[in-house]
Amino acid sequence: MIFTVQTNAVIKLADIHKIYRTGEVDVHAVRGVSLDILPGEFVAIMGSSGSGKSTLMNMIGCLDRPTDGNYFLDGLDVSTLNRDQRAKIRNDKIGFVFQGFNLLSRTTALENVEMPMLYNHARLSSSEQKDRAQKSLNLVGLAERADHKPNQLSGGQQQRVAIARALVNQPSLLLADEPTGNLDSQTSIEIMGVFQKLNEAGITIIMVTHELDIARYTKRTVILRDGKILTDEPVRDRLNAESELKKLKQAQEAVKLA
Amino acid sequence: MRIFAPFRLAGRALRRNKMRSLLTMLGVIIGVGSVIASVSITTGATKQVEDKVASLGQNVVTVFSGNFSSGGMKGGWGSAPTLTVEDSRAIKNEVANVVAVSPEIRDRAQVLANGQNWNTQVLGESPDYPQIRDWDIASGGMFTDGDVRGIGKVAIIGKTVVDQLFADTDPIGQTLIVRNIPFKVVGVLETKGFNLFGQDQDDVVIIPYTSHMRRLSKRNFVNSILVQAADKNSINQVQDDITALLRDRHKSAEPDFTVRTQLELMQMATQTSKIMSVLLGAIASVSLIVGGIGIMNIMLVSVTERTREIGIRMAVGARGRDILIQFLIEAVTLSAVGGIMGIALGMAAAKITSNLTGWPTLTPVAWIGIACLSSAGIGIVSGFYPAWKASRLDPIEALRYE
Repeated sequence: MIFTVQTNAVIKLADIHKIYRTGEVDVHAVRGVSLDILPGEFVAIMGSSGSGKSTLMNMIGCLDRPTDGNYFLDGLDVSTLNRDQRAKIRNDKIGFVFQGFNLLSRTTALENVEMPMLYNHARLSSSEQKDRAQKSLNLVGLAERADHKPNQLSGGQQQRVAIARALVNQPSLLLADEPTGNLDSQTSIEIMGVFQKLNEAGITIIMVTHELDIARYTKRTVILRDGKILTDEPVRDRLNAESELKKLKQAQEAVKLA
Repeated sequence: MRIFAPFRLAGRALRRNKMRSLLTMLGVIIGVGSVIASVSITTGATKQVEDKVASLGQNVVTVFSGNFSSGGMKGGWGSAPTLTVEDSRAIKNEVANVVAVSPEIRDRAQVLANGQNWNTQVLGESPDYPQIRDWDIASGGMFTDGDVRGIGKVAIIGKTVVDQLFADTDPIGQTLIVRNIPFKVVGVLETKGFNLFGQDQDDVVIIPYTSHMRRLSKRNFVNSILVQAADKNSINQVQDDITALLRDRHKSAEPDFTVRTQLELMQMATQTSKIMSVLLGAIASVSLIVGGIGIMNIMLVSVTERTREIGIRMAVGARGRDILIQFLIEAVTLSAVGGIMGIALGMAAAKITSNLTGWPTLTPVAWIGIACLSSAGIGIVSGFYPAWKASRLDPIEALRYE
């Protein structure tokens, strides 16, 4: 039985709990989180390790099910779906970006981006797949690198391929788990620039990070502690990736001049 | 998931580790190869035996007289004086579905002609003999019923006798002397080659059975009676009826004769090659099973190695079923390609064996099909457990896998 609610929220978490029953001790990783995320939001979920943010992300990403509580994605109760149903939801509605990029090695950028379409419910012709994958790569500024393999790309470029892959099925939600964790500061800002541009185009983004300065590129910060929401407030002094990048370049040139 | 996409994926995954894929396939290649080679060799041998049996004639039922025993010494089949020409006449007149009958007397003798001499088998037969044995006359003609009635001094001879005695001349019309009695050669038989027991069938002189009994061997019994049944289906009926008829005629408690059909001969002759093929088949299936275990082993390694890939695919929406199919097709591709290579290898091995030893080999088309199906089956069976294991992975755990 799948419930639906009338809501314009992309994500509606209602008193979500997650308890891991491993051995003798139950681990209560998430203890009652309620959260609404509206279309077009750009949210950073922060917290130290053990705060439950990864567990929460896994549930938002439909990789895992809450032990208790309800989760509505696009108004659809997904907290009770089985494995296959969740796989379909992930394919339709969610795009994943991981810390370690998670591209298939020895497979070109274009084929990596095409990969989620292999599992689409509605079959696309292979020329359509190629077309959409190429458009997605264009969106992240990697049009020229379509036939490169991951080991021929820099970390920032690999992460862009991963973002293109996340976008290819036009999801309602982009989920990024520490997307800048493996990148240097300049590349991190570039990636945040890509996110800001996508967000301006209307894509809802949720990002897990533990870096405060990265969180300042988002619009709203949710801080977790011990499986509960500690604070949930809009970002006041929001950074713009484009101008930050400019500043950084000026600083670098100044060093060279000196 | 599209229909061809998993095959493309499987091809790509297998090309990634060419050496490993080839070594994995080797088990199936050797297994299928040995099945095909052994089947080809035993089928060739069986075919040869069947041809030899068929060369005995068409739908032939043979009646042998009982064995002669005297003071503890036993002669072979056909040695006892129990069958007579009257028996053969009775068979021809009273048994249904009999189309031809020839009483047979066998003897060896020195024959002379053209100043040459040669020891050969001298048979007494009826004019039905060539028809029963499915043996054509190459030149001249068969002696007639008139020759039989008139105890004619006529003979037809085999190719070997021609070669020995009439190397440079046309034998037709020439005279052949057997035990001081001259016989006129009226016909030459086609070449027939060696029989099942390695005897040269062309080394023969055939005369009317009456001439043999009265002039040569001077006896009034025959060694055996060759009977031709109308068709394959009536062979057993003819056998039964002859048995009943002769028991009635001979009125003996113990049957003093034996009735054998060609089918029985065929079964006896092919028994050995059947046992051989079962043995070889058993050995070959063991190597196929070993090949399957090799595939299962490599697929398990592959699933472990590619845990993260499985996690990524699941995260972007692959269901367990999609992952299962992907790995299953990989395993089936491995074994099917191995199977096809094995068929080629097996046929090549059979050909080489045939060239080296001179044994005839024959690869039955059905077995090529069986080899294809069973190698694909091995892929499914051995790939299923690893593929199922892959499909049951938890995407969160799989993504975290280092």
